[in-house]
Amino acid sequence: MKFRTPLSHARGLGSAKEGTGHWWAQRLTAIALVPLMLWFAWSIIGLTSADYATVHAWIAQPTNAGVLLILIYAAFYHSMLGLQVIIEDYVHVRWMELMLMILVRFASIILGVAAALAVVLIATES
Amino acid sequence: MSSPEASHERPLSPHLQIYRWQITNTLSIVHRLTGFALSAGTLLLVYWLIAVATGPGRFAYAQALITSWPGQLLMLGWTFSLFYHLGNGIRHLSWDAGWGFELKTLRATGWLVVLFSLIMTGVCWWLAGAIPGIAP
Ligand code: HEM
Repeated sequence: MKFRTPLSHARGLGSAKEGTGHWWAQRLTAIALVPLMLWFAWSIIGLTSADYATVHAWIAQPTNAGVLLILIYAAFYHSMLGLQVIIEDYVHVRWMELMLMILVRFASIILGVAAALAVVLIATES
Repeated sequence: MSSPEASHERPLSPHLQIYRWQITNTLSIVHRLTGFALSAGTLLLVYWLIAVATGPGRFAYAQALITSWPGQLLMLGWTFSLFYHLGNGIRHLSWDAGWGFELKTLRATGWLVVLFSLIMTGVCWWLAGAIPGIAP
């Protein structure tokens, strides 16, 4: 006997296994990353031959630090979802797929937190 | 579903050996490759930020790595990957919005993305003063 409605059953099913949530998050982060990465490239160009104090001060500046944090969040989220799609497409041994999925998730979170923490430390030390 | 006749080996679909090369499928795999490259590039970003947070000594070391020739080669690859993936990503988003999926448009915007990423890579490195003599 089935207690779930067809809609509740359909929710969460989809090509990417997690359905439309995954798909949406990938597009939303992509849209956000367009201005963010253009800003980042532009900033890096400006910092090409800058010394330590200049780079430190640039990251510590509150607007830059804030935008960097958003960029870090969007980039790691987008990249994690993208890598999962690649794994789903190419790795067909179930346990290997599962291990890689877990690895990508853990690594994305750890690296993202490390990057954000570095920005916060730079912005708060004076 | 699975009848006995279906159990013997059959050719894979798509039939790679009978497909003619087209710009569109190369662009598609390059989007994946650049997405992967950018993901690898986040390691460098994390390393760089931690170096700045740690102090001038670590920063100088990171800077020396990045300005070495293998480091510069990586940065060049990163620049191209970024602009290719960004340009082609916008192309993807336009398809999702229902625009640009006609074959003619598909080819035209494809070449546009290639041109865009090459030009933007050149402009960035020129702005960064990497091309001697013509730095602004
Ligand atoms: C700069 C702005 C960016 C835009 C507009 C963008 C756009 C997109 C889009 C639309 C997709 C989905 C493609 C599909 O449906 O097959 C995608 C996939 C992907 N993106 Fe991005 N992206 C951007 C930046 C990044 C960055 C910074 C990274 C890495 C840190 C990244 C990593 C990936 C990966 C790994 C995939 C999966 C590729 C695949 O499934 O073939 N992207 N991107």
